[in-house]
Amino acid sequence: MSEAAATHAHAEAYESPLTPESWGKLGMWVFLVGDAMSFGTLLASYGGVRFGSADWPHPAGVLGINLTAAMTLLLIVSSVFMVKGLAAIQRNDQTGFRKWIGLTILGGVLFLACQAYEWTHLIHRDLGFTSNPWGAPLFGTTFFIITGFHGMHVTGGVIYLLCILLRGMSGVYSASNYNEVEIAGLYWHFVDLVWIMVFTFVYLL
Amino acid sequence: MSEEHSEALYHWTFWYLLVLTVVEVVVALLSLPVFLKGLLLVILALWKAAWVALYFMHLRFERKTLGVIAITPLLICVFLVFMLTPDLGATNKTVGSAKQVTKTKP
Repeated sequence: MSEAAATHAHAEAYESPLTPESWGKLGMWVFLVGDAMSFGTLLASYGGVRFGSADWPHPAGVLGINLTAAMTLLLIVSSVFMVKGLAAIQRNDQTGFRKWIGLTILGGVLFLACQAYEWTHLIHRDLGFTSNPWGAPLFGTTFFIITGFHGMHVTGGVIYLLCILLRGMSGVYSASNYNEVEIAGLYWHFVDLVWIMVFTFVYLL
Repeated sequence: MSEEHSEALYHWTFWYLLVLTVVEVVVALLSLPVFLKGLLLVILALWKAAWVALYFMHLRFERKTLGVIAITPLLICVFLVFMLTPDLGATNKTVGSAKQVTKTKP
């Protein structure tokens, strides 16, 4: 390599393909695609187990559809707040960033609270990993594994967003440095998207 | 970065998703033929997921190849469901227990 080329290689950072503004963004997309496969596998095998079962209870009769519909809207609203938080920092609105990211986190926490309430209610009625008063035990197993796996993702997302918020409060982010916020936003929207699928397949169908 | 699209787009997307969620719940509570209900709910869910991906996750305004990467899990999972269908014929002889699983002959 000529000296000029070597200097050039050191002087300019190599841009990531597809997302030239940020390597992290491409990395997050790749991670989310893999995570989508994890959820996809859980849901596909849930379908297989359910249709192979003779006494699968009707979810609408056992699970609280109204509460879960509200939880779905909660996550969608928190996604909107996330988008507004990103838009705020993109125009250097630090107060707006803090407000909207804070509200996004609140949405996530409320979702987890509702999930905890729902779980407590169901466990109290003897639904568990291996027990199901309404039929096939695997109903309980798959329910807790799928909603639990998703809940873990929401919990991780809340912690992740808290870190972003705290970093933002020290003034790190601005209209010229907001990639980290956008990347966190991608994760949060993914969590929302997965819940839309879980809500449909586990609760509604 | 293309930030020309206004925040109004995101507000509009929210209301759209809200309406779709309400429609989903109504469809779930109606007594329709199972296949039709299932088809409608899956289509609605995929449609909502697509809107979240395209607008909230900004895919609509990114390079096309990123969209190709993002759609891959969906294609693989559909394939997975089809590959699981031979096992869907398995029935439990005993209600509530995992014993005595028999497969219907193909």
